[in-house]
Amino acid sequence: MTSSLALEKPAAAAPPASRRRAGGSLWPFVLPALIVVASVIVFPWAFTIWMSLNEWQIGGGSSFVGLANFGRLLTDLRFHDALWHTLYFTALAVILPVVLGLFSAIVFHQNFKARGFLRALFVMPMMATPVAIALVWAMMFHPQLGVLNYLLSLVGIPPQLWVFHPATVIPSLVLVETWQWTPLVMLIVLGGLAAIPTEPYESALIDGASGWQMFWHITLPLVLPFVMVAAIIRSIDAIKSFDIIYAITQGGPGTASETINLYLYSVAFAYYDIGYGSAIAVVFFLMVIGLAVLLLWLKKRVQWTEVGIGA
Amino acid sequence: MRAKRLLNRIGLWFAVLMIVSPAVLFFVWMLSLSLKYEIDNAAYPPILIPETFAWANYAAVLESNRFGTYFLNSVLVTGSATLLGLLVGVPAGYGMARMKATKSAVVVLIARMTPGLSYLIPLFLLFQWLGLMGTLLPQIIIHLVITVPIIIWIMIGYFETTPLELEEAAVIDGASRWQVFRHVALPIAKPGITVAFILAVIFSWNNFVFGIVLAGRETRTLPVAVYNMISFEQLSWGPLAAGALLVTLPVLLLTVAAQRQIVAGLTAGAVKGG
Repeated sequence: MTSSLALEKPAAAAPPASRRRAGGSLWPFVLPALIVVASVIVFPWAFTIWMSLNEWQIGGGSSFVGLANFGRLLTDLRFHDALWHTLYFTALAVILPVVLGLFSAIVFHQNFKARGFLRALFVMPMMATPVAIALVWAMMFHPQLGVLNYLLSLVGIPPQLWVFHPATVIPSLVLVETWQWTPLVMLIVLGGLAAIPTEPYESALIDGASGWQMFWHITLPLVLPFVMVAAIIRSIDAIKSFDIIYAITQGGPGTASETINLYLYSVAFAYYDIGYGSAIAVVFFLMVIGLAVLLLWLKKRVQWTEVGIGA
Repeated sequence: MRAKRLLNRIGLWFAVLMIVSPAVLFFVWMLSLSLKYEIDNAAYPPILIPETFAWANYAAVLESNRFGTYFLNSVLVTGSATLLGLLVGVPAGYGMARMKATKSAVVVLIARMTPGLSYLIPLFLLFQWLGLMGTLLPQIIIHLVITVPIIIWIMIGYFETTPLELEEAAVIDGASRWQVFRHVALPIAKPGITVAFILAVIFSWNNFVFGIVLAGRETRTLPVAVYNMISFEQLSWGPLAAGALLVTLPVLLLTVAAQRQIVAGLTAGAVKGG
């Protein structure tokens, strides 16, 4: 988006007359998309809010109950557990990919042979079909036959139960998530690194700065806004993570890895309790938006440089 | 000095190796699992390259009478949702960019943040009520939730960067708004459309959650079908890995073939579906 921002200015400076001169309204271009967005995106939002105010079972009837479904959330212990699992999972699934993604971006910013090809290989996990990936990870996690425990044994670490034990299931799922989404962080930060001007480095070299000093005082501050953008996107995706968890553990063992998204799925499509499910969906949606707003606010505070604004 | 440079070089290659190997080793292992008989898959220590390749795993998946159906379902759902998405999304991106209404793209952004499941509950009821369940139509419609926001988002960004001078010249020559779009803006925007198309295809193809709710026995897409293989065949890893590889192979090939466009699209909008 850096480029679009840079190019917006001359366009905006053009006299408004030229826009009016370009005959014909622009609304016909937007209208079809507007209809689609209204019917498959806005209508579901509105209808979900309405359903959340009703006692509503698939196959059964519905009756208006006001905020009772939301009241039920306050005392639903399984929901509280799911909330905790979601926070735990999200925190780890943001921090690890961001740290590793920053590191890989710095590496991929160097010049070396076959960089494009290696980058394509590195990006493959995030483009691959999540369910297909999850099935293979499930095989690798297998305590007796899985390859991961064999790899651990090579370096002398005792075998783990991975996704089969309540204490290790969430970190194991985070491992998959990190493997899959570190490339996205890398790509965003790499874009930021490419936008850094060379002048600060040149003057730092003249002043006799070391490589580490240049990284700490020039690269990191300048690239931080991009790291924040990556963290925001990662947070929104991690909190909503579904495919990987559902395909590997279905929220198990027991409910040890049941996040809000998985609980929502069970309530709505296993118990067919649509009203309550909608209430969870509304709260979950607000959580996602709240998280995004919080991180955007944080990003503004970190942004003491002018260079990275474009992201 | 030269020794230090050599050392740096070795360090760099070591770092590259560390970063890329988890991805490479995973797919190599996936391939290995898919080409081994059960005896080899259950061996300890694990075997990477078996003495005899189990091509039968692939034959079993491909010959099962439903694989063709599910493949066709996936192609129809992803194809229709992407084409419909382009049909409404490209003009919309143009309109919004030229109206300077890019703020309204916030809707698109919120759509991207919304958990996929919250679309599913109301639309599921709607499709039942309309009597559409059992056809591919519900899945095609709900996949628009993935494709339309990606396409609009990328196209707004793209049309904002294309020069206005050509369009203004066409208007002076008496072209209508539609003609300007059709003959001036659209041809210039081809690279942007390619990016939008590729990303829409990939995220629609990969989608799982819409399928597990909306698909019946006959209308499953490939990700749902491969997930359902687990319950039927207890611990037959070979065919399962072969199935998983076949499902994701089209996307992987597309990623390698179009990696530059994908990187451009993802870093510009950083969009991901559902």
